[in-house]
Amino acid sequence: MLTRKSFEAILLPMGAIIVALLLFGLFCLAAGANPFGVYGSIYKAAFGQWSSWQNTLIRAAPLMLSALCTALPARLGLVIIGNEGALVMGGVGAIIAGLAMGTSAPPFVVQIAMALLGMVFGGAWIAIVGALRHWRGVNETISSLLMNYIAIALLNHLVGGPMRDPSSLNKPSSFPLEDINRLGDIPGTRIHFGLIYGIVACIIAYILIQRTTFGFAARTAGGNIRAARIAGLPVGQLTLAICFLAGSCAGLAGMVEVAAVHGRANESLNVGYGYGGILVAFVARHNPLAAAIVSMLLGGILASGGILQRSHGLPDATVLLFQGLVFLCVLYSESLYGKIPALQPKSELAHPSA
Amino acid sequence: MQTPPELEVYNLTKRFGSLVALDQVSMKVRPGTIHALLGENGAGKSTLVKCVMGFYHPDHGDVMIGKQARQIDNPRDAHHFGVGMVYQHFTSVPAMTVAENLVLARNESHHLINWAQEREQLAAFMDTSPFQIPLDVPVAQLAAGQKQKLEILKQIYLKSTVLILDEPTSVLTPNEADEVLGLLREEVTAGKLSILLITHKFREVSAFTDEVTVLRKGKWAGSGLVADLSVAEMSAMMLGESKERKEVAKEGDPTQLPMLAVQGLGADKDNGLPAIANLSLTVHRGEIVGIAGVSGNGQKEFVEVLAGQRSPTAGTITVNGEPYRATREEMTRHRIFALPEEPLKNACVPHMSVAENMALRTFDRPPQAKWSIWLIWSAIRHMATGLIASFKVKTPSPDTPIENLSGGNVQRAVLARELSEEGIQLLIAANPCFGLDFAAVDDIHSQIVAARNRGVAVLLVSEDLDELLVLSDRLIVMSEGKFVYESAIADADLATIGPAMAGH
Repeated sequence: MLTRKSFEAILLPMGAIIVALLLFGLFCLAAGANPFGVYGSIYKAAFGQWSSWQNTLIRAAPLMLSALCTALPARLGLVIIGNEGALVMGGVGAIIAGLAMGTSAPPFVVQIAMALLGMVFGGAWIAIVGALRHWRGVNETISSLLMNYIAIALLNHLVGGPMRDPSSLNKPSSFPLEDINRLGDIPGTRIHFGLIYGIVACIIAYILIQRTTFGFAARTAGGNIRAARIAGLPVGQLTLAICFLAGSCAGLAGMVEVAAVHGRANESLNVGYGYGGILVAFVARHNPLAAAIVSMLLGGILASGGILQRSHGLPDATVLLFQGLVFLCVLYSESLYGKIPALQPKSELAHPSA
Repeated sequence: MQTPPELEVYNLTKRFGSLVALDQVSMKVRPGTIHALLGENGAGKSTLVKCVMGFYHPDHGDVMIGKQARQIDNPRDAHHFGVGMVYQHFTSVPAMTVAENLVLARNESHHLINWAQEREQLAAFMDTSPFQIPLDVPVAQLAAGQKQKLEILKQIYLKSTVLILDEPTSVLTPNEADEVLGLLREEVTAGKLSILLITHKFREVSAFTDEVTVLRKGKWAGSGLVADLSVAEMSAMMLGESKERKEVAKEGDPTQLPMLAVQGLGADKDNGLPAIANLSLTVHRGEIVGIAGVSGNGQKEFVEVLAGQRSPTAGTITVNGEPYRATREEMTRHRIFALPEEPLKNACVPHMSVAENMALRTFDRPPQAKWSIWLIWSAIRHMATGLIASFKVKTPSPDTPIENLSGGNVQRAVLARELSEEGIQLLIAANPCFGLDFAAVDDIHSQIVAARNRGVAVLLVSEDLDELLVLSDRLIVMSEGKFVYESAIADADLATIGPAMAGH
């Protein structure tokens, strides 16, 4: 009975992705490319060999972290899409800590400080959304979306003004981190340690939700706020705590991007890992473990962007289009739960209310 | 005026999976009569009328209207044959006027409405109808009684001559109920209507109906002319054997130790208008305080404030002499429990399992949690298994989502959670028996009285006056958000309570 249910939870998103692939194939056809060639290229560029796997995993790391920014609040019944903003704020927090400490402390300590400040910045950013929601009834989806624009504007202001490195001409950036403070690679690979952060964060999030009293309280409040209130659960505190945790995960993604990939803060922070994270969370049905796996899938698609442009003459926005198609198909598939007879448990045929 | 057709069901059978909800039931509503359909919850009354209205397709048997078997696939077909149903819930659009609702109910696909003509026709209709309701008032401003009248008028307006009324008086004061049924009685006697009345109330059966059919567990259990039957006989058909309602003897008098004290409490409705104002009361240990009132007079909001689901706008609540803000810590320390109405909506997380729902009060304490953070699933399941057995909750397993259980079993699961705790000191119950069968009601009543006898303070809010009269030590009547009557149960005076409930 349970297995059939989880079977449904796996099969429907998979089906949605396949349908999205078919639609994407039609688009490729219309754009004059051979769909099967494109599929092949995506596969090769994403998972074809160890070096492409590494590209994929590098992109998967921030996706995992930013997906949690949507997946955790979803357990409380909140739809938060402020991942991009929290990620950017996390990057800002990280660069502030990194530049302020410079070489005054061992790199390990600096990295921890960068991670912590990034998490605090990202966490506080989404906690504002939670507070607005809880005390003033502000729609959390809209407010978190708009907070993205504020965060990006703030980043642009900082790297274009107070924190600007005069030597960054075409792309205003902050001063760079000291090389020794940068996050290294997992030995023997080109993959930075952000991947470990992401996987660990997903596992912790899963345990937090499924195995702790905090997760139980959050699931109760998310499932029925009236029941949570009658049990005396502190709904406001739960909302703030979950929002803070969610934001801090995305903030950590920003720190990883700054400390491991770019080495400085600039507009490369908001290249869409936040929005990708929303997609990952929905495909994974807000299950943190599934989010880790789906991130690799989406990371692979993102990694194949360049090759589509080079070998098939498709515009570089093609992967975004594919991403959008996947998102639409997955959202559509949400409406099919419980509707496909073959996927329903047999023992629970409609009980009439006695 | 058309005369109503005869409505007959013959050998009607409806199965849901392995459950036989309706087993070869036959009955006949003669033209120009009121026919009562009596039965406990789950006896098959709703299933029967849903088959008549075309919501369900019977597995066997026929629905005959005007002595001919008819194929009824949906309520529209039923309307076509002159059969209309009035539901327990209001189906009018609150923001629209009575006139607009009536025209809307006709559901015609004209693109333009000739209001001058419509108004003329509606005014003429109102003149000949059994009830008069102002046409230009938005439905939201009507009292419950008037809304119920509008629901009935809608069916008459649609030229239905056989009306099926599903417990139409459940939201009315006794006076309003008598008025509505009395006026309908006149229409029926005049030969303009026939009515199939689903009800629980013997008083209404005796006072207003001609014939009665009784169902029990999906089967025909008896029928006859009401004039020939006593209440005891009908009750015997309904229950299977003549059984008096069990009463658990109250032991001892209430103490003078205040458990719950409310001072000057006020709260708003969802729309921001005041729902209750300046309520004060004290509930002592070993006392059941009953709050009576017609639904929608602030009882819901009052209970929600006490249960922590709504913030008060004024006043104080003290429990055991300490200020009380409905936090989890306070609930645990003072052992406060609640049986809210509609448990699936108010006290359960529908998609979580029976075991998880049963753990809602205890999951963060040993033995169900270690270091108050780590859940011990085996302890949670273990407790659930015990509660399922001792409270006879019918569920495939403790891991089944609670929304898959029937209403009565959800209620029992919540009851198990709220009443199993030994040290319970304060119980807040709101319509705890709503929609349950007699056996379950007896069970809950005896549990509540047993708790009282152990010294628990009980605040019981109910729309069922009989229930309150049986259980309470002290009775308070609530009307328009205020307490308007209070007396010890021995001195309770029905002649005063009725008008007080109606707001007089």
